[in-house]
Amino acid sequence: MLVNRKLILAHFWFAFAVFGVALTLGAWQMFIRSPIGTWLSNPELYYRSLTAHGTVMGYVFPTLVAMGFGYAISESALEQRLVGVRWAWTGFWLIVIGSVMAVIPIALGRASVLYTFYPPLIGNLFYYLGVVLVVVGSWIWVALMAINLRVWRKAHPGAPVPLAMFANVAGSYLWAWTAVGAALELLLQIIPVAAGLKNTIDAGLARIFFSWTLHAIVYFWLMPTYIAYYTIVPRAIGGRVYSDSMARISFILFLVVAMPIGMHHTFADPQVGAGFKFVHSAFTALVALPTLLTVFTICASVEIAARLRGGRGLFGWIRALPWDNPMMLALAFSFVMLGFGGAGGLINMSYQLDASIHNTQWITGHFHLIFGGAIVIMYFAIAYDLWPHLTGRELIDVRLIRTQLWLWFVGMIVTTFPWHWVGILGMPRRMAYFDFGDPAIAPQALSVTFSAIGGFILLTSGIMFIVILARGMRAPQIDAGPYRFAIAVHQPATVPVALNTHALWVALMIVLTITNYGYPILNLATTAGTSVPAVYVGAQ
Amino acid sequence: MSAEETHRSVEVAARVERRWATIAVIIVVGMALLAAFAGIHQATMPQPRVEITDPSRIHLSGEFVESNLGSVLEANGNITVRAIGQQYSFTPACIVVPVDTPITLRATSADVVHGILIQGTNVNTMLVPGYISEQLMRFAETGDYLMPCQEFCSFGHEGMWGKVKVIDKADFANRAKSGGRLSCVGQ
Repeated sequence: MLVNRKLILAHFWFAFAVFGVALTLGAWQMFIRSPIGTWLSNPELYYRSLTAHGTVMGYVFPTLVAMGFGYAISESALEQRLVGVRWAWTGFWLIVIGSVMAVIPIALGRASVLYTFYPPLIGNLFYYLGVVLVVVGSWIWVALMAINLRVWRKAHPGAPVPLAMFANVAGSYLWAWTAVGAALELLLQIIPVAAGLKNTIDAGLARIFFSWTLHAIVYFWLMPTYIAYYTIVPRAIGGRVYSDSMARISFILFLVVAMPIGMHHTFADPQVGAGFKFVHSAFTALVALPTLLTVFTICASVEIAARLRGGRGLFGWIRALPWDNPMMLALAFSFVMLGFGGAGGLINMSYQLDASIHNTQWITGHFHLIFGGAIVIMYFAIAYDLWPHLTGRELIDVRLIRTQLWLWFVGMIVTTFPWHWVGILGMPRRMAYFDFGDPAIAPQALSVTFSAIGGFILLTSGIMFIVILARGMRAPQIDAGPYRFAIAVHQPATVPVALNTHALWVALMIVLTITNYGYPILNLATTAGTSVPAVYVGAQ
Repeated sequence: MSAEETHRSVEVAARVERRWATIAVIIVVGMALLAAFAGIHQATMPQPRVEITDPSRIHLSGEFVESNLGSVLEANGNITVRAIGQQYSFTPACIVVPVDTPITLRATSADVVHGILIQGTNVNTMLVPGYISEQLMRFAETGDYLMPCQEFCSFGHEGMWGKVKVIDKADFANRAKSGGRLSCVGQ
């Protein structure tokens, strides 16, 4: 039962609108730094664009999708009206105001620090305050998800929490805690300097705080996608979830081990010793576990659908899948990109292999493939699946939807594969232009051109996505019925307390964060003489 | 499905699942062990110690004063290279080192965060102001290598490219005879 449809639609529409803008900027960046673009006479424009692209795609877009989807899950999985609707709107407006507040200084060239902040570079105060508002708005959502689950539990003592809501709340807790790292960096370090109260900052400590957020935020982006894998895909293609408890275990593992691994982003940093880098490397390997479990469970769930449709043989069932169903297509594309991206991630996880690709274009290729590819294509699928229930109108352009998904998949491969390749050749990240006339750089020109073409394919697909949704607002009315989630082959009548509640796992997440981050942070915070003069952006 | 059949199919499902979970755990543990082995056995671990330095004073005293930057032949035949990154160049802009010799790179930043990446090698480290980065390297072949800054350091970042010139051992020894700190300048 979706009652607060306007609230959910507002989240999705704002998310997709800013996504469209950021996607356009991204395509322009790919073009302008490629050999088919002309050299940018003012490279500073590139970094404005890059800061806006990262801030929107990293903070605003996925957060709004998770929130909108979260409200939809809460109302439809719990079959309970959302508690705290006014607060939910407050959170939404905080994010809108925060986004505008952050984007204005970026557009004026006063905050070209990229979404990863990079102190001692310091941008305009309002950029950081805008980001803080976005995070605060999302924390309201976290609280609402917890409260709504609590209300439901009171009315259904001991009953198994629906899988979608269990995972949704796990994702919200993960976000609440992972955002703390960047919040500490902003509130304790950057904002006092941006406000002019201080003029020095410990850049090394700031990088550690940020790494706390930087990795687990990816798993927050991933949560809606995994929830869709488990609770939407099997239903949409006519199958069942292979195992309800394995699904819960996967989400719990994400909650616990996504956090204490962020320092693999600082393998090449001088402010952390080798010991903690190794610990974080080992934990990073561990986070592959829930994904490996998920790949198995989802493939098995899909196989059930195929066999129910008359599929036979060891692999022959694959042909029996409903390939014309957009959800099936999106899942397959998502898995292919997750496979390549995940393999790349395992390379990044080890210090030894990371050394050859750290901060090269390989990394940019990697996270675009995982986030822009595997994750975002499922955001599209979620929107398509929910849309008729939100608008009360049918999405009639199924063929267009399939084309859009195909284009996104092809575009992402064409963009990211050459990107990985030039990374191996040692091409550094975040450069407004390259001197392709240099004989050492000239061989990379072709790959960069391919990536730029991929960027335009993605832009085309993104525009189609927005057009399809907009047309869906004016399509003929239908009764879409209640929004349902997939059920398991053996739907559990009872679930062990450990797989039905979050408290134990949240505690474990916090403890592991303290063991893996406590000492490095304390050590840096108490070492004297590590603060360095701030360098104000736009003041030069 | 009868109750007995349901029970049996639940068991089969659980068994297959356990098997896959075991395989997944083995993969994960195997990877962590591989990383540990490579780190310890091939001595490719990050720098063990954290060293600090004050970027607002590095030009006045200490190992990163301008006259001490560049390559120096140590008594044991090894080379130490000292360099700094600043918006938007490296000093020295072109590093000269001998081929097939153990080299210690010690570097820091004079202002914001930079990075040193030597293309075609595994040399890749961050330069964080306030801290000293140390990395061991050894070049197997002579030639010119590009050395871009790999971290965003504000809007001149795209122009921050250094070079490493790897020359013959005898050539280098010859140039090092007069002592002092070497760079490509004056070659």
